[in-house]
Amino acid sequence: MTEKKWIPQPKTPRTPIPEQAPEVRARNFDEVALGYTPAMAVEEAYRCLQCKNPLCVAGCPVGINIPKFIRAIGEKRFEDAYMALKEDNALPAVCGRVCPQEDQCEAVCIMGKKFKPVAIGRLERFAADTFIQSRHEEVFQMEPSTGKKVAVVGAGPSGLTCAGELAKKGHDVTIFEALHKAGGVLVYGIPEFRLPKKIVELEVENLRKMGVKIHTSYVIGKLFTVDELMEEEGFDAVYIATGAGLPYFMKIPGENLNGVYSANEFLTRSNLMRAFDFPEADTPIHVGKRAAVVGGGNVAMDSARTALRLGCEEVYIVYRRSEAELPARIEEVHHAKEEGINFQLLTNPISIKGDDKGWVKALECIRMELGEPDASGRRRPIPIEGSEFEFPVDIVVMAIGQGPNPLVQETTKGMDTNRWGNIKANDDGYTTKKGVFAGGDIVTGAATVILAMGAGKKAAAAMDNYLKTGEWPSID
Amino acid sequence: MYRIVDIREISPKVQRMVVEAPLIARKHRPGQFVIVINTEKGERIPLTVADKDVDKGHIVLIFQEVGKSTTEMACRKAGEELFDVVGPLGKPTHIEKVGTVVCIGGGVGTAPMHPITRAMKEAGNEVITILGARNKDLFTMEEEMTAASTEIRFTTDDGSRGRHGFVTDELQSIIDSGKKIDLVIAIGPAIMMKVVCNLTKKYNLPTVVSLNSIMVDGTGMCGACRVSIGGETKFVCVDGPEFDGHLVDFDQLMKRQQMYRTEEGIAMEKYKEEHPGGCCGGHHD
Repeated sequence: MTEKKWIPQPKTPRTPIPEQAPEVRARNFDEVALGYTPAMAVEEAYRCLQCKNPLCVAGCPVGINIPKFIRAIGEKRFEDAYMALKEDNALPAVCGRVCPQEDQCEAVCIMGKKFKPVAIGRLERFAADTFIQSRHEEVFQMEPSTGKKVAVVGAGPSGLTCAGELAKKGHDVTIFEALHKAGGVLVYGIPEFRLPKKIVELEVENLRKMGVKIHTSYVIGKLFTVDELMEEEGFDAVYIATGAGLPYFMKIPGENLNGVYSANEFLTRSNLMRAFDFPEADTPIHVGKRAAVVGGGNVAMDSARTALRLGCEEVYIVYRRSEAELPARIEEVHHAKEEGINFQLLTNPISIKGDDKGWVKALECIRMELGEPDASGRRRPIPIEGSEFEFPVDIVVMAIGQGPNPLVQETTKGMDTNRWGNIKANDDGYTTKKGVFAGGDIVTGAATVILAMGAGKKAAAAMDNYLKTGEWPSID
Repeated sequence: MYRIVDIREISPKVQRMVVEAPLIARKHRPGQFVIVINTEKGERIPLTVADKDVDKGHIVLIFQEVGKSTTEMACRKAGEELFDVVGPLGKPTHIEKVGTVVCIGGGVGTAPMHPITRAMKEAGNEVITILGARNKDLFTMEEEMTAASTEIRFTTDDGSRGRHGFVTDELQSIIDSGKKIDLVIAIGPAIMMKVVCNLTKKYNLPTVVSLNSIMVDGTGMCGACRVSIGGETKFVCVDGPEFDGHLVDFDQLMKRQQMYRTEEGIAMEKYKEEHPGGCCGGHHD
């Protein structure tokens, strides 16, 4: 490796990322952020101090060697930068886009104390995109075949990561995916304007090149149970990564009116089923003129911004706490505001009003104020008596969270779940059933792409160990 | 992968399609359904499995041409492949010997009723089947249903076959005859299931219905299919498709089934414009 001297430029301001103008992008599904040019990336890279004890690495859920890949960018060794990322992260092009860096690596970046943190996420994206665009064939370091058969249930970020790691270790890996496309939340949930589907397809293609078999439209729990996979289909171990796919509703009057969607349905219709292209694509979606999206997370922002792009004229975010508590990434909130999304904060829906044909007509809400902190540490929202009001809307999208889909748990003998229906598993993914591992949202509840990937990676290491030793710990 | 083995019109605008799907054939139980995607840009269409041949690895799907997707699918030919088929989905019917079971099939609701009827008879029940249609030309799977039942009766709206009237009139006759009925299963248009339930409620007859709501994924992920059961919201795809008919809010179900009526119209218009002679040059006319 070249041992050039690294002279950081901390006083250079953080390099902004070029974006589509808000008024333009609010009407198209193309990606909002356009990515760094090589010159921008190199300039940003030199802001990195190359700390001896880098806090950013500890802040990364998969422990990417961040100084190493940033140095490579600075020295214009872009392919090396990509390889450094790939050592710890199976999906850098995805993570560079959707990771909440401001809460992870960038939150602890020492530059952030005096200036602004290094734009680690944007650099990650640059390195990954540059590699992809160079059309280099990726070379995989594969260990010799072990003859062990492993099943991965769910082709989302956790399952894909786990499958890749296991394949590298020489295991024969088959992924079972319930939907007709692999990618999980990356294809049905996160919209094109935040994560182009081509990127996901490419990563899935890479797995296939590594010898991973991907069976789509296989619903485990229905077509095969986990027990059948192990007893009849010859799998030596199973990793369950079925995610948080069960939409929650508020249980308020009017929720079954026509025009009320779960965010899962709304986004799945638009992203996976391409309803934005209706009637070229067959799946319809109804948006009307005014949409209310209930919730304040990334899924709510994605839904609101999708409604806008589908032609809605007025889109509201209805969130019961204040701006400070919005769980969405700051960047997403910022983008949504720029695009003209109307934020109704400290506001909670109490009923949905319908017309005589069963269609949504208005959303009735109550204003809230913040009281004492609750169990989550956030100040509890309290309704302000007499502040009820309603406003006309054509659709309501419920983006208040998702729970675990019970299909696999219900049909798997001896695998314990907690009281919310999540699978009980330890940090390495071991469950209470020998040979069965689990990780990602199905264990933790709805979290982030990178945490799910981290769980997949850890579980792969544990599975490899189990397949070699047969040892099974008690997880209580 | 999902090759169409045979496709034919068995009554006006009703298609019987045999599809190669060996795993699904092996795993399907009465009461369960599949989701079919016709083409790459197609929507996910929930369809009931009317029959299967495990040895050959075939499933039999029966569907009515109602919108663009089903009209387009009716034009597929044997030897072609469906883009995707996923299943079996939903909970299987609870099959047990209860005594006398009345199975009521309306329109294409006869298709999902067939495996249930057969299983109920095989479990040792006396099965009285009532099939209803608008006229005598619209019955489907008559032979199979006759074989699967102990006794079969027909009703038509115009009196062209069997009783002139509705399935509920025939059910009323059975009740009036003093025959002890232990279970009623009704599958058909929502309005038919609603009136059947209104009648059986009066006599306190346990009634199971199978609901055909709008779905996307069919695995509990989207909630498009939600329906009120005894005041509680349930997902037809994973909690059903069968429910205690006396608890179903049929009016809500019927309204929800209309959700994309406008869009369905747009899609159909576009399709007709692009296929002026009918999809296969009027092949089915």
